[in-house]
Amino acid sequence: MLDLPWDFTAIARYFPGFYAAALLTLQITFFGILVGLVLGLVTGLMRLSTFKILNLPAKGYIWVIRGTPLLLQLMIIYYGLIDLVNIDRMPAAIIGLGVHNGAYIAEIFRGAIQSIERGQREAALSLGMTPTQAMIRVVLPQAFKRSVPALGNQFIIALKDSSLASAIAVRELLLRARQMGSSTLMMLEMLMIVGIYYLMMTTVLTLLVGRVEKRLQVSDYRD
Amino acid sequence: MIKIRELNKWFGDLHVLKDVDLDVAEKEVVVVIGASGSGKSTLLRCINFLEFAQKGQIFIDGKETDSRSKKLHLVRMEVGMVFQHFNLFPHRTVMGNVIEGLTQVKKLPREQALGQGRELLEKVGLSDKADVYPAMLSGGQKQRVAIARALAMKPKIMLFDEPTSALDPELVGEVLQVMKNLALEGMTMMVVSHEMGFAREVGDRVIYMDEGRIIEEGLPEELYKNPQHERTKSFLARLL
Repeated sequence: MLDLPWDFTAIARYFPGFYAAALLTLQITFFGILVGLVLGLVTGLMRLSTFKILNLPAKGYIWVIRGTPLLLQLMIIYYGLIDLVNIDRMPAAIIGLGVHNGAYIAEIFRGAIQSIERGQREAALSLGMTPTQAMIRVVLPQAFKRSVPALGNQFIIALKDSSLASAIAVRELLLRARQMGSSTLMMLEMLMIVGIYYLMMTTVLTLLVGRVEKRLQVSDYRD
Repeated sequence: MIKIRELNKWFGDLHVLKDVDLDVAEKEVVVVIGASGSGKSTLLRCINFLEFAQKGQIFIDGKETDSRSKKLHLVRMEVGMVFQHFNLFPHRTVMGNVIEGLTQVKKLPREQALGQGRELLEKVGLSDKADVYPAMLSGGQKQRVAIARALAMKPKIMLFDEPTSALDPELVGEVLQVMKNLALEGMTMMVVSHEMGFAREVGDRVIYMDEGRIIEEGLPEELYKNPQHERTKSFLARLL
């Protein structure tokens, strides 16, 4: 029997102790994605506008947010703005993750909207719809459907990126692992527990996205 | 019904419509022919304001429309359009496509819209397809749904932009039949199409366009048999 310096039975023993931290990870991710979706839709539409007042700010937002690390953005919100506003760590993490994902989701929506054939909008207009109606009734429903695979991918990235909130003292999975690792002196075991949690959550998310994709395919089938 | 005066349209440096004058009377069926790039589709799209002409006037039912108007959707309600590639809404069923304009633009109650939708689908011979999605239809069926969708708005004029040129040859007939019935019912129609049989049977006038101008027009029988202009002759010779 090989004498390993690790005690892997600890994984099973300590696993339930991470439940509260996992819940925090899910909360940050869920609300972060929600904020990201709203920001992304608004920014994506602004980005497509022919009016400079709308499309330049959108471009600027995407440029800055995509061009700097999320870790930096979280630190700016939590530590950097302290003299201006004191944002609690949870809201700071959600805002940070939301604003960050908003930039990526904006590009996903923009690409999906642009991929809808011009004839769709024209057909809607020719029925007497206003440009806004054509967007809401005809273009957006098709664009949403087309953006589902890319959105699923983005959600998985967001879930994993939520671990960066550990840097602003949110007791989510990763921070919990480091604290437990120090106190039990079983760092690898604790990190592995967290790895299993993440893998479980990303797996469920992947399956969910797959089901949504399937359900949206009804109109594509020929029989 | 339609009056067009000195219509000019440029795509960048390309001058695609040059001083086009055209009158279409009520219940008239006008067939527009011409080589690709002659401006025939652009002319049609200008009447529906899917393209904006830079110069000239367009009167629909006596009213002049300015392409900068915010009320273009009201004009488009009166002008039905059928596209070469159908442009059916893939996320809605056949019935959903047909009643979309009725429920969203005319704001009819759903029950009433469905009633009209059923009548229209019967008219184009697709009553049994009401609940299927466009992806399950043949090209000819798709185009008939597209015609029903446009008719739902009860337009004063119908524009057809090469309605059969994306279809397999054996499916052309069913679409032309629907269009013929429509013409016989007295619909005012402008049709960009090279289907001579259709033009001969129900067309009142054929217009030949070349390089952005209308260079010849006449009764279908006469224009096809005895074209006056050199360009028309060589075009028709190539078509046959």
